[in-house]
Amino acid sequence: MRIIVDASRCIAAGQCVLKAPTVFDQDQDEGTVILLTERPAPEHREDARLAARVCPAQAITIVEDEIA
Amino acid sequence: MDLNKLYYPMQRRCPFDPPEEYSELRSKNRFARVRLWDGTQPYLLTDYSDIRVVLSHPRFSCEPVREGFPHIFEGRKVADIADRSFLRLDNPEHDRLRRMVMKDFTVRKVEQLRPKIESVVERLIENFARLPQGSDFVEHFSAPLPTEIITLLLGIPYEDHEIFHRATRIQFGTKSTPAEVRESLVELFAYLDALITRKEKDPQDDIVSRLIVEQLTPGNVDRQTLINIVRLLLSAGHQTTQNMTALGVLTLLQHPDQLALIKKRPDTIPGAVEELLRYSSVLHMGARRLALEDIDVNGVVVKAGEGVICSIPAANRDEKLFPDPDRFDVTRDAHAHVAFGFGVHQCLGQVLARIELQVVYGRLFTRLPNLRLAAPLDQLRFRHDMFVYGIHELPLAW
Repeated sequence: MRIIVDASRCIAAGQCVLKAPTVFDQDQDEGTVILLTERPAPEHREDARLAARVCPAQAITIVEDEIA
Repeated sequence: MDLNKLYYPMQRRCPFDPPEEYSELRSKNRFARVRLWDGTQPYLLTDYSDIRVVLSHPRFSCEPVREGFPHIFEGRKVADIADRSFLRLDNPEHDRLRRMVMKDFTVRKVEQLRPKIESVVERLIENFARLPQGSDFVEHFSAPLPTEIITLLLGIPYEDHEIFHRATRIQFGTKSTPAEVRESLVELFAYLDALITRKEKDPQDDIVSRLIVEQLTPGNVDRQTLINIVRLLLSAGHQTTQNMTALGVLTLLQHPDQLALIKKRPDTIPGAVEELLRYSSVLHMGARRLALEDIDVNGVVVKAGEGVICSIPAANRDEKLFPDPDRFDVTRDAHAHVAFGFGVHQCLGQVLARIELQVVYGRLFTRLPNLRLAAPLDQLRFRHDMFVYGIHELPLAW
């Protein structure tokens, strides 16, 4: 799994940080998403998928077909 | 039910459930025409997936000044058209303005407020416990709590709360006349204009002062737009949470088994808050949009110029996402709800709202374990007459 974020789309709803705090953070000056790890550990992948699904601005893309 | 003759808003039969028509519409007529007060006939959407598509599509406009935008009642039309905050603007201007306040509502920033929220909640509970039995929880708890927190963040004197509580009652009330709404807007804008003038001379450590220094003075935002942004944060910061808090307390009191569970297992409270948000869906008069071009929504084309009302309560009771959707179950997985909306306009203050609700439900029922309704349920006045649903008064005993 590889994660791509587009901070220019982010509207700081904060859902990704609530769902997957080990994968996402927020920039303290902008409020927009920061990706903590492009390739999350197996135990955090489901949280990352969940975060992508609930992101209201569709700023998170999950690429599944790559080798972690 | 005649699916061809539907008026909107529709009446609820049960105060805890959306109008019964919604589930039938979802299965039989996903794009139903409804008639509004002004004779216009926008679509009413009740399907979760359709609603997510519309709310996240950049060519569905949320600007009430555009011809064809659905207006739910006359007073709200006046207030919506006067609103120049980012809530009522499309991109790119929406993002430009919203970005000015995003850093104030990050998870980390709001988590830092948790101890303050806990101390306000504890003080309000202690004060409430000293009142006579049967006192109104709305007046003495659910209204003051979010108002105190948002005024603290914005740097607005809490003592002025009657001014903006009155503005909310008038500007979001279905029965207000256009003249009453105009008069109320003038009063509120004048109040906020004077507030900004005071802070220009004497900036403090608060959001309004920061916006003046960082955005107004350099000319990134004009004064009327700044007034509108502050009005939005103030209004959204007290009205929705207030209603959700009181309605949530009543819902839990009506479901003693669920209440017992969250009292016994505090770790279930965050999930219970999500379920309460889903089940109550206080934004009951729809997220409204206008199609700017022909747009395919899951196989149905909405033509340019058509108005669309996305029913948040209907989406949150869609059985495809939430099995047995009318059952209130604090243990269910409710995370996919759209109680805060969806798309770029999703609630900016949702982290704050969640923490306020978590603290209330975590403390209230343990401090007042015998808390109970002090009036017959059928005598409570629910907010059928307000843009945001809730209860006007909630008399409680303990």
